[in-house]
Amino acid sequence: MKCDVCENEATVFLTQIINGQMTTVNLCETCSKAKGVTEETGFGLAEAFLSPSHRTESDTMEIVCDACGFTASQLKKIGRMGCPECYAAFRDGLDGLLRNMHKGTRHVGKRPSHTSAVAPQILPRQRATSVKEASPSAPVVPPVVPPPDVAKLRAELDLAVSEERYEDAAKLKSEIESLQPKASK
Amino acid sequence: MMRFATLIKNPADWMKGAGPHSDVVMTSRVRLARNLRGYPFPGFSQERQRIELLERARPVVEELPEMRDGYSEDYTELSKIRKQVLVERHLVSREHAARSSGCAVVVDRKQSISIMINEEDHFRIQGIRPGLNLTSAFEVVDRVDTELEGLLPYAFDPKLGYLTACPTNLGTGMRASVMLHLPALVLTEQINPVIKAIGKIGLAVRGLYGEGTEALGNLFQISNQHTLGEAEPEIIAQIEKVIEGVVRSEVTARAKLKEDHQTMLRDQIGRAFAILRYAHILTSKEALNLLSMLRLGADLDLVGNCDRSLIDMLLLEIQPAHLQLNAARELSPEERDSMRADLTRTRLQSIDGPGSFPPSQSNNGGTTSPTHDE
Repeated sequence: MKCDVCENEATVFLTQIINGQMTTVNLCETCSKAKGVTEETGFGLAEAFLSPSHRTESDTMEIVCDACGFTASQLKKIGRMGCPECYAAFRDGLDGLLRNMHKGTRHVGKRPSHTSAVAPQILPRQRATSVKEASPSAPVVPPVVPPPDVAKLRAELDLAVSEERYEDAAKLKSEIESLQPKASK
Repeated sequence: MMRFATLIKNPADWMKGAGPHSDVVMTSRVRLARNLRGYPFPGFSQERQRIELLERARPVVEELPEMRDGYSEDYTELSKIRKQVLVERHLVSREHAARSSGCAVVVDRKQSISIMINEEDHFRIQGIRPGLNLTSAFEVVDRVDTELEGLLPYAFDPKLGYLTACPTNLGTGMRASVMLHLPALVLTEQINPVIKAIGKIGLAVRGLYGEGTEALGNLFQISNQHTLGEAEPEIIAQIEKVIEGVVRSEVTARAKLKEDHQTMLRDQIGRAFAILRYAHILTSKEALNLLSMLRLGADLDLVGNCDRSLIDMLLLEIQPAHLQLNAARELSPEERDSMRADLTRTRLQSIDGPGSFPPSQSNNGGTTSPTHDE
């Protein structure tokens, strides 16, 4: 098979599923290095990770993981987390990303049965370096109290609306309504 | 513990044994990504932290009932060639083999379980079985995982599941993959629609050595991409269902080839045998593709006296690191091509060749009595 860029024999075969469409790129060793193909999945992932609104925000403030010091810019660059606690630090926008990546946003499989293995539930947390004023999403919940599901769902709802995923938004809305009587909101 | 030489001398359990649909499905593998609380992921940790985790976790892993008396090695003790041999045997990933300090691998005696420490995640627990048998591969890693979780504090979140370095592995942290040999779908040019259809339902199709590798030797890996939102048995059941469909298509395509294009088929298999049996220079790519044709011939009873496991062993032994391990030194690509041909010529001496089939209309162009003229 020939390289898509030059006439050399292709040795790197990159298949990506973008919006359900499969695209295949065939490249030779040299062209793949030149195009940084090996990094591409990481970058593509990172691009998807932070929605446009977050990208503009990151100019004025940087979210940092308290536990390991990993920053939002690093996350954007490599598309991977720094430590398990990062999932709490960078929770904004996570559901939107996971929805594109997976079948759902909630784990339904195996759970550690041994108690020592279960980490404390990840809580929404305060900003590390600067306080964001009048945040439209992700209400900050005191970490001592288990977060009411409603707050999480509201954050997801805001995100869904901002991303124009109205079907998801409707689902979330009815889910919130069903929880309302129980929650002390 | 076991020595490297002892580990490699013996063929792995999955290389000898036949499993369901072994004519089309080479292996079934399941890997679980697991991490410990309180440590940064390997990609964002300092060497000191990786070594600390390794020193804490490796003795625990080595003492698991399944792994006892197995093979365990720190990567600083492993040569490049040895690491590459482990990659060729699918015991470690290419990414892991590229790392060094703070990394180790533990393999059980039967080479059916391997645990990589400090890969992209702290642990990658892998189970490998012959044929289509993801359920059995999962049972093995599930058991090892349950033992390990009782001894070390896993990073787990009730909503997100097992926390992994890359969000694409969140949830179950499970990747189930099947290695398929699909020569007839390739020969009949049906492979692309099949790959497209598989991609549409959220499964990934890759070449022999994972992401970004070419489908050499008509070998394809199919695996799940989603890990969050579905339970492990559901994911496995879906893949097995899809694979069974692919196996049916391949079997039908083989039957059709044998029925409608027998001359073309016998020509391809005959040429493959002749080159493998008599060539003195063979590149890795050529050898893989020819062995693929010979395997097809063996499966269709078009090659006499040819055991499939002999070909499957050759598929491993002709690879660069295996050749160099065998030669006990580094070889230039030219030397490898020559040694590869030496190996296939020798191994194929015991095979009658494809000329004797079909007995009713045997033509004289075959190699019914290969001469031993090396």
